[in-house]
Amino acid sequence: MGMTTAQKIFAAHLVDEPFAGTKVLGIDVVMCHEITTPIAIADLMARGKDRVFDNTKIKAVIDHVTPSKDSKTATQAKMLRDWARRHDIKDFFDIGANGVCHALFPEKGFIRPGNTVIMGDSHTCTHGAFGAFAAGVGTTDLEVGILKGVCAFREPKTIRINLNGTLPKGVYAKDAILRVIGELTVNGATDRVIEFGGPIVDAMTMESRMTLCNMAIEAGGTSGICAPDRVTVDYLWPFISDSFASKEAAVAEYSKWASDADAEYDKVIDLDLSTLTPLCTFGYKPDQVKSIDEMAGQPVDQVYLGSCTNGRLEDLRVAAQILKGKKIAPTVRGILSPATPQIYKDAVAEGLIQIFMDAGFCVTNPTCGACLGMSNGVLAEGEVCASTTNRNFMGRMGKGGMVHLLSPATAAASAIEGKLADPRKYL
Amino acid sequence: MKTFGGPALFLDRSDINTDEIIPAKYLTEITKEDLKPYLLEDLKLPGFDPKSDKTYGAGAVVTRANFGCGSSREHAPWVFEVNGINVVIAQSFARIFRQNMFNCGMAAIELSPEKIDQLFTYAGSADASIEVDVANSTLTIKGGGREESMQFDISPFDKALVLAGGWVDYADSKY
Repeated sequence: MGMTTAQKIFAAHLVDEPFAGTKVLGIDVVMCHEITTPIAIADLMARGKDRVFDNTKIKAVIDHVTPSKDSKTATQAKMLRDWARRHDIKDFFDIGANGVCHALFPEKGFIRPGNTVIMGDSHTCTHGAFGAFAAGVGTTDLEVGILKGVCAFREPKTIRINLNGTLPKGVYAKDAILRVIGELTVNGATDRVIEFGGPIVDAMTMESRMTLCNMAIEAGGTSGICAPDRVTVDYLWPFISDSFASKEAAVAEYSKWASDADAEYDKVIDLDLSTLTPLCTFGYKPDQVKSIDEMAGQPVDQVYLGSCTNGRLEDLRVAAQILKGKKIAPTVRGILSPATPQIYKDAVAEGLIQIFMDAGFCVTNPTCGACLGMSNGVLAEGEVCASTTNRNFMGRMGKGGMVHLLSPATAAASAIEGKLADPRKYL
Repeated sequence: MKTFGGPALFLDRSDINTDEIIPAKYLTEITKEDLKPYLLEDLKLPGFDPKSDKTYGAGAVVTRANFGCGSSREHAPWVFEVNGINVVIAQSFARIFRQNMFNCGMAAIELSPEKIDQLFTYAGSADASIEVDVANSTLTIKGGGREESMQFDISPFDKALVLAGGWVDYADSKY
């Protein structure tokens, strides 16, 4: 019997199986941010174990509230900063170089096919786009990861999702993953890896695959995974060109992590997305999804473009294409947070930031802040935000606030109209 | 031997998420103890008062499916821990929350919908309380003059974590 990508990665990283069904894995990349790591650091210090297992395998960033908004967040940033210095963690990204973790770390080339990745952040599943097993964990798992370089998992079963057909105009990876979550429901993939494949995924950029994998957790998934291929190698080439004679050689090497043709899946779901329309969530759970046709016209107070889901350059390009030469509605606040400094610089160079600012958007520094209601765009009681983020829980972006999840294109169209709007008429 | 459980708090809804257990604005606290006043602050349920003595006097939570979905924040188990709740019993859990509970040496117990329904028949009793014996995989619920016990399944690894007092001590002694 063949193996899935996740099974292959588990087999290659197995350190211990203390009990049947429990696999302790060696971890290749342990990622840290300033919200969930400081308590791990404090606990290690209190235990007299202020050590790290390998300072080259630990990556850290201040991204959730940056620049710090008050004394408490300044203290959290300081704890992470001091710890990174103390242990000589070279891959530490502080203000000026910091960006949203799940956009920044891939951009730096830190994730390779076949890697195991953990972080104290539920959207760590994003990194599965590279053919890695990447899982969000809590602070204790993170702490043990920092100290010992291991993490325990139940061996996950895999749900294979084939995205068939071609995406229609105005329909993007965000719409595809909202469709998938609608199909699976919010706990349909609990203790499962969601493996994305099929012609639509094969044709997707790495940015789009990251958008897909980013929201695997919204269906309960441990990780999302895409098979490594030429697209993966093209993206990683600046970081791996010294290791391979050619891109073809890299593709051949990395393709060993792809699931075998006879791999056994928990479930296989085929979705033809050729007639998919732009989607939008309507409630407080990410599986509450409707076509934008049914949602159009509902007023919004704020449009937020950014986050680890959709703050990448291709997202900004799509939104700018719609916003070019237009003004956003006077009743709406438009906020753009490019996910990393590089994305910000590229967007300046391409003239995208000019388009956003001319349209009336406020452009912030890269940060996670607004997505989880911590900074840079918190909603007031009763306000509604059309958002390219990944989670629409009640009060997520601010107590009493409501969030509609949608694609960058749908966000841009909604900003122009001041209400949920179909992007296809602007393309 | 550490005891698990206490007065039961019934939360009759599925998909209660980590934002409802502890809102993100409190993630700026850097000690577990500082989370104490914010237990379930944003959870809106008919008849549920987050600030009541019943909430703050609880030792065990009984709830429905997919409890703890959303964020990886371990602040969710911690806000239970610092308030004396070391057991959550649900039809199912989100993976990260469930693991966080065991990693902290607390118990996240999954029961069938039928057994959860049976526990909810005690929800009207002011004195409902639950005792959990992790080593023997049994729980006992008492209230309104009634009492009954149930077996539950717990993976040997999760049981080992609870009995070891959590993952840090377990891992540090072994790896």
